[in-house]
Amino acid sequence: MSPPALRLEAVTKRFAAGDRVVTALDAVDIVVPAGGICGLIGPDGAGKTTLMRLAAGLLAPDTGRIDVLGLDPTAEPQAVQSAVGYMPQRFGLYEDLSVQENLDLYADLHGVPHSRRRQRYARLMRMTGLAPFTRRLAGRLSGGMKQKLGLACALVDPPRLLLLDEPTVGVDPVSRRELWSIVVQQVGEAGMTVLLSTAYLDEAERCDQVILIHEGRVLGQDAPEGFAREAAGRSFELEAPGVHARRLQSRLARLPGVLDASVIGDQVRIVTTPGFDPDPRDLLPQMHDLSIRAVPPRFEDAFILRLRGAVGASSPAPIGPIQVSADRDETVIRVRNLERRFGRFRAVKGVSFSVRRGEIFGLLGANGAGKTTTFRMLCGLLPPSGGELSVAGHDLRHARAQARARIGYMAQKFSLYSNLTVWQNLRFFAAAYGLRGARHRQRLRWALEGFELGAFRDVNAGVLPLGYKQRLAFAAALMHEPEILFLDEPTSGVDPLARREFWARINALAEAGVTALVTTHFMEEANYCDRLVIMADGEILAEGSPHEIRARARTPDHPRPSMEDAFIGLIQGRRQAA
Amino acid sequence: MNAATRMRLRGMIRKESLQIVRDPSSIAIAFVLPVILLFLFGYGVSLDARRIPLGLVIEQPDAATAALAGAFERSEFFAPRRFASIQEARRALVERRLDGIVWMRSDFARRLLHGDTAPIAVLVNGVDANQARITQGYVQGAWLAWLERYAAARGRALPAGAALEPRVWFNAALVSRHFLVPGLVAIIMTLIGSLLTALVVAREWDRGTMEALMVTPLHIRELIAGKLVPYFVLGMGGMLFTVALAVWQFDVPLRGSLWALAGAGALFMLVSLAMGLAISFAAKNQFVAGQVAIVVTFLPAFILSGFIFDIHSMPGPIQVITHVVPARYFVAILQSLFLAGDVWPVYWANMAAMVVLLAAFMTMVRRKARKRLE
Amino acid sequence: MLAHILALALKEFLALVRDPRSRLVLIGPPIAQLIVFGYAATFDLKDVPVAVYNEDPGATSRALIAHIQGSPHFRIVEAVDHEAAIAPLIDRKRVLLVLHVGPRFTARLARGESAPLQAILDGRNSNTAMLALNDLRSVVLAFNRELAARQGRRDAGAVLQTRAWYNEQLDSQWFIVPGIVGLLTLVVTLVVTALSVAREREQGTFDQLLVTPLRPVEILVGKAIPGVAIGALEGSVIIGLAVAWFGVPLRGELAALYLGLVLFLLSAVGVGLMISAIAVTQQQAVLGAFLFLVPAVILSGFATPIANMPEAVQWLTYLDPLRYFLIVVRAVFLEGADHTLLIHQYWPMALIGLVTLAAAGWLFRHRMY
Repeated sequence: MSPPALRLEAVTKRFAAGDRVVTALDAVDIVVPAGGICGLIGPDGAGKTTLMRLAAGLLAPDTGRIDVLGLDPTAEPQAVQSAVGYMPQRFGLYEDLSVQENLDLYADLHGVPHSRRRQRYARLMRMTGLAPFTRRLAGRLSGGMKQKLGLACALVDPPRLLLLDEPTVGVDPVSRRELWSIVVQQVGEAGMTVLLSTAYLDEAERCDQVILIHEGRVLGQDAPEGFAREAAGRSFELEAPGVHARRLQSRLARLPGVLDASVIGDQVRIVTTPGFDPDPRDLLPQMHDLSIRAVPPRFEDAFILRLRGAVGASSPAPIGPIQVSADRDETVIRVRNLERRFGRFRAVKGVSFSVRRGEIFGLLGANGAGKTTTFRMLCGLLPPSGGELSVAGHDLRHARAQARARIGYMAQKFSLYSNLTVWQNLRFFAAAYGLRGARHRQRLRWALEGFELGAFRDVNAGVLPLGYKQRLAFAAALMHEPEILFLDEPTSGVDPLARREFWARINALAEAGVTALVTTHFMEEANYCDRLVIMADGEILAEGSPHEIRARARTPDHPRPSMEDAFIGLIQGRRQAA
Repeated sequence: MNAATRMRLRGMIRKESLQIVRDPSSIAIAFVLPVILLFLFGYGVSLDARRIPLGLVIEQPDAATAALAGAFERSEFFAPRRFASIQEARRALVERRLDGIVWMRSDFARRLLHGDTAPIAVLVNGVDANQARITQGYVQGAWLAWLERYAAARGRALPAGAALEPRVWFNAALVSRHFLVPGLVAIIMTLIGSLLTALVVAREWDRGTMEALMVTPLHIRELIAGKLVPYFVLGMGGMLFTVALAVWQFDVPLRGSLWALAGAGALFMLVSLAMGLAISFAAKNQFVAGQVAIVVTFLPAFILSGFIFDIHSMPGPIQVITHVVPARYFVAILQSLFLAGDVWPVYWANMAAMVVLLAAFMTMVRRKARKRLE
Repeated sequence: MLAHILALALKEFLALVRDPRSRLVLIGPPIAQLIVFGYAATFDLKDVPVAVYNEDPGATSRALIAHIQGSPHFRIVEAVDHEAAIAPLIDRKRVLLVLHVGPRFTARLARGESAPLQAILDGRNSNTAMLALNDLRSVVLAFNRELAARQGRRDAGAVLQTRAWYNEQLDSQWFIVPGIVGLLTLVVTLVVTALSVAREREQGTFDQLLVTPLRPVEILVGKAIPGVAIGALEGSVIIGLAVAWFGVPLRGELAALYLGLVLFLLSAVGVGLMISAIAVTQQQAVLGAFLFLVPAVILSGFATPIANMPEAVQWLTYLDPLRYFLIVVRAVFLEGADHTLLIHQYWPMALIGLVTLAAAGWLFRHRMY
């Protein structure tokens, strides 16, 4: 057996964040065998990027040893950097250079002889589908194309070890599949080793090896099937006709013996404690036609089990009562022919939809699909170029200040004051929403307790762990008990446990009559919505309930398509039409 | 230099040049900013007092006082106004309508005639000490000229005493613009050289491209050279442009040789670029780099270079600090080259100092510019 | 309304004080600039290097040289014994001034004639040359007067009796240091306010602010208060240092000074918030602040008089709030002025403040992307 491509022994790396020291990697031991794709999987803040940078010789470990292709990156960083290929997370393409000029630069830097270039370029362009765009500036490419160009630049001179830091983040499912096929092809052809980090758990199943990492610690390394085996015999799908899957999920999640419950299509998937055998009659006695079916375990099930083992069980605290008018048929958000242009670019092209009270409404699409632009127009943060919109009967851009007191907003990026403490942030937003006296005190206490932020009361918001930042932002948005919630990519980057906790809170709010408009690029989260629209290139491709949208992609060979299948079907259908 | 190095270097230089051509902001920094600054400073900063508002109080006019008043009225330095009484003139001074008062009391003519001491009181507003001194100097000049004419008219010799005969070399008319504009070239080039590199390297950090560049066979020396060469060319273009403006727009004589100017300019441009590189490698983000570049290059160049304030007159510790301000040496060279010509001892001494600073900054760059993120 | 503004202002203060980078901006540059400007920015000549070429063997020339030696402005560093040695000394900047005493200096003076005294000056820095010449003239005048007294002649004829009001010793520091009060409060206030909105925009918190029930006018006032307060604090510290450390007399009404300071700060905050409302990133805000600051300082009369500028440029200075405040601060410090004398400086600052604040408020509402 050939020596490993990368080996880390007891590597620890710490950073100073303000006056606190954050341990990014804590005594990490891993071995990446030569050849094949090794997935580095974990939520944001797990230490993936730090590990990549250590392997590329961009950082030096505090303690421990690293071996990259037989070289020590601490002692000879240049030798390592000449030997490996690396694509950083925000791939730094020169956006003011054309596709061809970017390729030329990397060919020059890697010393690719001119005689070999023509052939190599042609091959890379064919593989990435960028051939028609060689003269276009990189900045004018779509997100997916940029990532493919970045990958092409890293492959100009095929390295023995290729480090890819979250190459698929924010990319639409179609481009994601294409990126994967390029990587798989290269591994097969050039015999290189690829270390690829990702937050998408479904990508784990395409790897030869998976390293699970969480909060700087390695939770395990194995082949994906090896991980899944742990959950064997503990995964089930349940269905109760006539009962909303979301409601079923929230009831199942509270049962003893159920470690995890998530909505998958019209079914609810559960993972149980070992030896627990769910019986439809005992599980939820009041539901008569509950059907249970054992299913093969997935990688995500294993991940959840490992995480539960690492952080211990925690169930979200009750959200507390929010009273909203119960008229469920009232339309609270109405959008007609909404348009937005930036110069000559049409970011949103004539979008129409409406949302009823108490609905969870999803806006799905890849980065650049126009969902954030639509969202900002709804919140009154961006004037529309055309069309009409109303939120609770107002256009928030011109509405009086009181109208804004009825909505809550949580931005895509963490956007509270990072150098104020948790308490100072909450107090400020409570005041900004005009809460006073007893109500002010009561809501602040509610936020600290309901979101388990008490322990971090006097910590700067900027150095909170990601999951707590998300909780804080959510608490700030709910401070004034709004009727309508706008949540822009609320779960991006957080670990699956935090995601489940978040959706449990949203469910509870929706039950109480709060309307929520949520954007996401996680296709499987769409199943939590009552209704959703799928957007691409500023247009709505489909609108309906998750069930209806999935039904469109149903074919005889594929009777139970996932939301992602439906999305890809829609995009490809559109491309063929164009 | 082997073939691979040459290829990498060429690749970097081509990339930087393409970026310069496509990014209007670097062209603006190199060509538009100098014009704005040169015009602003060239016209806004002037130490040449002209038409100083001066109050004349002559309590008893006669031929002698008329001659003296005439001397003030003919002078291009003064815009005299007559006041009937000293009280009125004082009020005008308090209200800042006048910068100074020349006051001849009622007994002035009588005392002068009798050969007694005839005092002329001169009051100036001393708030702006420099301006006040210049005003006093001009008043003294007008008075001395009048004395001479007065004595000559009466066929008398001047009273015994040393008669100062000043000869000002290089700038006989004492036009402040002639020394300010060459100094300005140095200040502007300091700002531009360091701002260009400070911002462009920091931009690579911000956009994440630096991280990708680092994990390639590109050596750090090649990275630095690849950055320096294109911006050096751009900066020299800006410098040529600024010098041309100084000569043709501001009519500053250029008495030294162009070669000496080009040599000093090139060396100074390298020092500025190296300083900018050092800042940007240390700061690693555009925001900090931009602020630091402005604070550590512009202000010291302005105050501590001898461009406007005389270094000899500063307190000792501050004089020591001026030695690490590169603009100090370039200002000295420029003021000599423009106004005095090729004064080789001044030239080479200052060039040597700049070489030392260049070496120091390049060492700093090499220390800071490791292919590491921390 | 009031509760909203207070909450906002409190948040702004906390954000400023808790951010190490802004703390640095508030403390570092002001101290450095106070020292640098206070000591280095001076037009007062001291120890100007002088060479003497004395061809006269007599005692009177030696007396003259002693006079020059005794002046704090000059320091004799070289003695020259032939004409040809003069040029290299000046060319190489070894000396700024060469004094040439002719061979019959003592003899001519003894005979009651006037004796020529040649001074050769390096005009490369014309201001220094002119000041050195003025200083030299005063030394020579004093020497002549003493000579006349020694020869028992009455000092006859018209003589100048010069007096400088407000700054009797003509000390540059008295002029520059009060100016720094204006300069530094402008820099600090401008940077603090220019960054305030741009930073929130960059961090995404501005959106969060805009979706709350806060009105643009409340946001504007909430952001203006910390700017004015910090500027006033910084200004007070420098005023204190000017008096206690630099010994500049404070002769006028303190109230007149503070009225000017507040109006000036309002206009600075207005300009800063306007820049901030236009800028999308902090980088742009810093550049914008710089692009305003440089002309504002140059055209304010901080170092060189406005009266020396070409007329068109002088008109431009009327837009510069620092121009008015510098007059106020110098008038109160040195001239002992009261508020009635300064009314024509107050209203333009108030006007600039109102216009820029209104513009900033308009931009908040209309520039939300």
